[in-house]
Amino acid sequence: MKSKKLLVISMLLISMLNLLSCGENQTKDNSATADKLSGSIKIDGSSTVYPITEAVAEEFRAVQSEVQITIGVSGTGGGFKKFGRGETDISNASRLIKDSEKELCKENNINYIGLEIAYDGMAVIMSPENDWVDHLTVEELKKIWQPEAQDKIKKWNQIRPNWPDKEIHLFGPGTASGTYDYFTEAIVGKSGSSRGDYTASEDDNVLVQGIKNDKYSLGFFGLAYYEENKDILKLVPIDNGKGAVLPSEATVIDGTYAPLSRPIYIYVNQTAVSRPEVVAFVNFYLNEVKTLAKEVGYIPMQDAEYDESKKIFSTFVETHKTTK
Amino acid sequence: MTNIQLNRAKDKMFATWGVVSTFFGIILLAVFIIFILYDGLPRLSWQFLVSLPSRKPENAGVYTAMMGTIWILGLTLLFALPLGIAAAVYLEEYIPKGKFATILEINISNLAGVPSIIYGLLGLQLFARTMKFGGNLLAGSFTLSLLILPIIIVATREAIRAVPSSIKDASFALGATKWQTIWLQVLPSAFGGIMTGLILALSRAVGEAAPLIVVGALAYVPFAPKSPMDEYSVLPIQIFNWISRPQHGFVVNAAAAIIILLVITFTMNAIAVFLRNKHQKKTN
Repeated sequence: MKSKKLLVISMLLISMLNLLSCGENQTKDNSATADKLSGSIKIDGSSTVYPITEAVAEEFRAVQSEVQITIGVSGTGGGFKKFGRGETDISNASRLIKDSEKELCKENNINYIGLEIAYDGMAVIMSPENDWVDHLTVEELKKIWQPEAQDKIKKWNQIRPNWPDKEIHLFGPGTASGTYDYFTEAIVGKSGSSRGDYTASEDDNVLVQGIKNDKYSLGFFGLAYYEENKDILKLVPIDNGKGAVLPSEATVIDGTYAPLSRPIYIYVNQTAVSRPEVVAFVNFYLNEVKTLAKEVGYIPMQDAEYDESKKIFSTFVETHKTTK
Repeated sequence: MTNIQLNRAKDKMFATWGVVSTFFGIILLAVFIIFILYDGLPRLSWQFLVSLPSRKPENAGVYTAMMGTIWILGLTLLFALPLGIAAAVYLEEYIPKGKFATILEINISNLAGVPSIIYGLLGLQLFARTMKFGGNLLAGSFTLSLLILPIIIVATREAIRAVPSSIKDASFALGATKWQTIWLQVLPSAFGGIMTGLILALSRAVGEAAPLIVVGALAYVPFAPKSPMDEYSVLPIQIFNWISRPQHGFVVNAAAAIIILLVITFTMNAIAVFLRNKHQKKTN
């Protein structure tokens, strides 16, 4: 009995050792490119931008396997706190840097540049059984979501009289998320200001299930989650005064799907660009993000815009070199 | 007559309630595990264990997160065990009885109930910033050590208290010093209980994500840590990250990673039970 248990334990140990060695082999396999760079790049910030940066880092690893890139998900605000202390080289951000965060960078003598990398569309979603909503105007969305609506706007027929006399069930991301901040800013006019009596979840997949199972539901979240759940959800066209528009790659890029789409960014620390691996990574990022962003569910910008970003970045690198 | 019947009925009701209560938890757990196995088992493979994180769910694996978890567990054990045992021995054998001892005891019990995120914030300020560790394994495992210290101390004290006083008396009667008695008699007799407490504490630590995110564990780490100064990710963070992705494939990956985490926890619990049984046989 005893020896059997010992055997099991030692087998476990052996398999763990195997694992260790296997992983090392794997990292060695990929090293076969010229012009080797090494070093490490620390990235943190928005969880919205994370999938794109992860995809870029994964591809970069295939060309420069010795550069160790790590990515955290502290959120845009948390990421900028680390960035402003000089703890990270690149910060993922789903909004522009705030004044208080600029101050922090100034205090620690950190210069930086922000680069737009893609668009994130926001989708307003209802149940597929909803057959009365053909579109919503920005005004109507505001009427539903503003703080004053709490305990007052409770039924669909309060929005348009010919809609059903049924309770409206609202779903949305939690107040800590960047998506919530952006939605409230775009719709209500003030970031972080909305009614509180809606079903909130930090996990967008929970929102998907909630909206799907409730005929009288209405909610919003990132377009990528709609794309993955097309068959069980219904998209609401949004009218900003120029006609109702459905979110899509085309309408986000040409700006007609407004105001519910936003650019997302990466911020690069100036001192970091004196390291060739960081410059190589950012250039790789700007070259590859167009295809990769699309692959992970975001909307890429146009070629001209990426060319512009590349120009801005190379000027940034050059000026830094001359000032040094 | 009616009184007797009433009491019997009450008796039966309570027994039924007991059965329902017992099975409530077990059935919930079983349903949960069945769902996880159903979703995750087909995804489990050697490839999944040795692959790096990826944007494609079918290529992604848990290798670096699992290695991070193993490192964190090992280091936490290394820091928490000597501290915990020494503190427990002091509290049980050396501390003068009085107000000071009572206050200390109450505080240690209270520490066991502090939410883990608070330990994360403490670790961030103390280890990551003040002591300048940054977000490496050392800061993470120090933080988790603090988190599980109260549990180890309480368990070790219980184990020491369970050592029959006749053993101690005999040791003293033979002229052994207090230290000799503790080192050669008390601790070996309490070994099973200490190990049980330790492993249950580590099982708690292995599932923690919140305090580690705060002290700087990362989501994407394409290499296994090679030293305590390296950056890392752990399984709970990997699971959390996958669950919140839109692509269904990541949810399946999360289920598979949960199975691995459960296997680690169950294995550790099994070792705890094994050590306790072995120890009990020895003392009988």
